[in-house]
Amino acid sequence: MRLALKIWRQDRPQAKGQMVRYDIDGVSEDSSFLEMLDLLNEQLIAKGEEPVAFDSDCREGICGQCGVVINGEAHGPERTTTCQLHMRSFKDGDEIVVEPWRADPFPVLKDLVVDRSAFDRIIQAGGFISANTGSAPDAHATPVPKEHADRAFMAAECIGCGACVAACPNGSASLFMGAKITHLGELPQGQPERDARVVSMTAQHDAEGLGGCTNLGECTRACPKGIPLNVISQMNADLRHAGYGR
Amino acid sequence: MATTTAPAREARTGPPSILLKTVMAVTGLVGIAYLLIHMYGNLMILVGPEAFDEYAHHIRTFGEPMLPEKGLLWIIRVALLASLVLHVWAAATMWRRANAARSQRYVMTRRGYGNFYAKAMRWGGLAILTFIIFHVLHFTTQTVTIGEAHASPAARVLDTFSHWWGVLIYLAAMIFLGLHLLHGFWGGGHDDGAELLAQARRADPVRLHPGDHHHRGGLHDPAVRHPVRASRLRTADL
Ligand code: HEM
Ligand code: SF4
Ligand code: FES
Repeated sequence: MRLALKIWRQDRPQAKGQMVRYDIDGVSEDSSFLEMLDLLNEQLIAKGEEPVAFDSDCREGICGQCGVVINGEAHGPERTTTCQLHMRSFKDGDEIVVEPWRADPFPVLKDLVVDRSAFDRIIQAGGFISANTGSAPDAHATPVPKEHADRAFMAAECIGCGACVAACPNGSASLFMGAKITHLGELPQGQPERDARVVSMTAQHDAEGLGGCTNLGECTRACPKGIPLNVISQMNADLRHAGYGR
Repeated sequence: MATTTAPAREARTGPPSILLKTVMAVTGLVGIAYLLIHMYGNLMILVGPEAFDEYAHHIRTFGEPMLPEKGLLWIIRVALLASLVLHVWAAATMWRRANAARSQRYVMTRRGYGNFYAKAMRWGGLAILTFIIFHVLHFTTQTVTIGEAHASPAARVLDTFSHWWGVLIYLAAMIFLGLHLLHGFWGGGHDDGAELLAQARRADPVRLHPGDHHHRGGLHDPAVRHPVRASRLRTADL
């Protein structure tokens, strides 16, 4: 395949960035989007140019490292991560616009790499759960109703990639937070600290300068794991139950 | 490559965004409740000018002698004004936060539900605010008149709507209001987990995002079709 790429290039966090056009040929339809970028980088290095910086780790859709915005959509046109997106989703001759996640709390470090430590601090604010350590508990010591287990697993699929923030016109991380809060809130182990957790996580979210949710739903559409909007209702209900931390 | 770090950012303070969102939902519902009553009153014009004028008179004497003349009217006015001020204050705060969280634009954005309503709610909301001010100046204080001044409220209505531009102003306002409530109501039900609407939405999320059936969280997703809301497990039960 022959493609015209337009990629955001930015040297340093505070440098002014710009879109740069690269023409690339001989891309296999079976290569992943990141492999296509690898190919581009090999060509750039051979020419003595600076390769395009982007994040990736597992390349199998589970670590959440690899997000970029492709043609205006976080992780591109399919419901999957950028690493699991394949070039067969594009046509020969396509122009592809590649940008980093754009949200002030996720500042660009270089090219397509953004700093998502705001998410780490939100998770940290969530704190611990009370669990006895030492010998492994009996498997049936703490029964979990099937519906609760199912919903906890559904929410636990969130890989913390940040696509929800990237896609949200308000720059809100409500889907991410809602997923984490629902995940622990559905399980017996998550109950003792349930109120405190929602209060401190949402407070950290706001302190990071992330925006407020106005139910637009772009997050759930962009989410590679299809986390549904009802986790946000859950978070709101939990925060209300906790008296908004007052 | 040396490790690059972004400069530290200042922590934002102020009321929790989720609290603001709840304020908007509650005050928005007050608005909707009033609109329904208001619409009932306005429909009297179809019964006839006398019925309309009688209704206008009744809301001034409603509750007498327990309430003074116009007592109920003033209670409603104060409640509505307070709701409006809170609603607009919360909206403005959320707008400011959204702008601060997304000061940089994408070169390319997906056109769709969210990106449309992000603008429509805010700019449309401003249009509604402008209309509300005009509407009060027009029918309540009668500072502005369309057509001639009349003693009868019904006559003022009929005169206004015999001018094409009178119709145009009110029609445009209704379109903005309809658009606002289309998202506000379905979105608002989702907000703080108001059970009924949230369930309707979970059962049929496609309603909000036509064409998105196939992604997870869409109609074909069993996790969404048979959702459970976490009842609060108590530690004592475990
Ligand atoms: C006066 C000017 C107004 C402004 C500037 C305004 C602005 C807004 C904004 C920005 C939102 C949040 C948008 C979102 O969720 O994406 C909203 C929500 C809403 N508005 Fe308004 N609005 C106005 C008037 C009204 C009126 C007159 C009503 C009622 C008839 C109303 C009812 C609602 C409802 C029910 C919601 C949903 C609240 C929620 O998020 O849960 N608004 N408004
Ligand atoms: S909710 Fe979805 S989009 Fe958001 S961080 Fe988790 S996996 Fe990524
Ligand atoms: S590289 Fe791990 S999810 Fe894409």
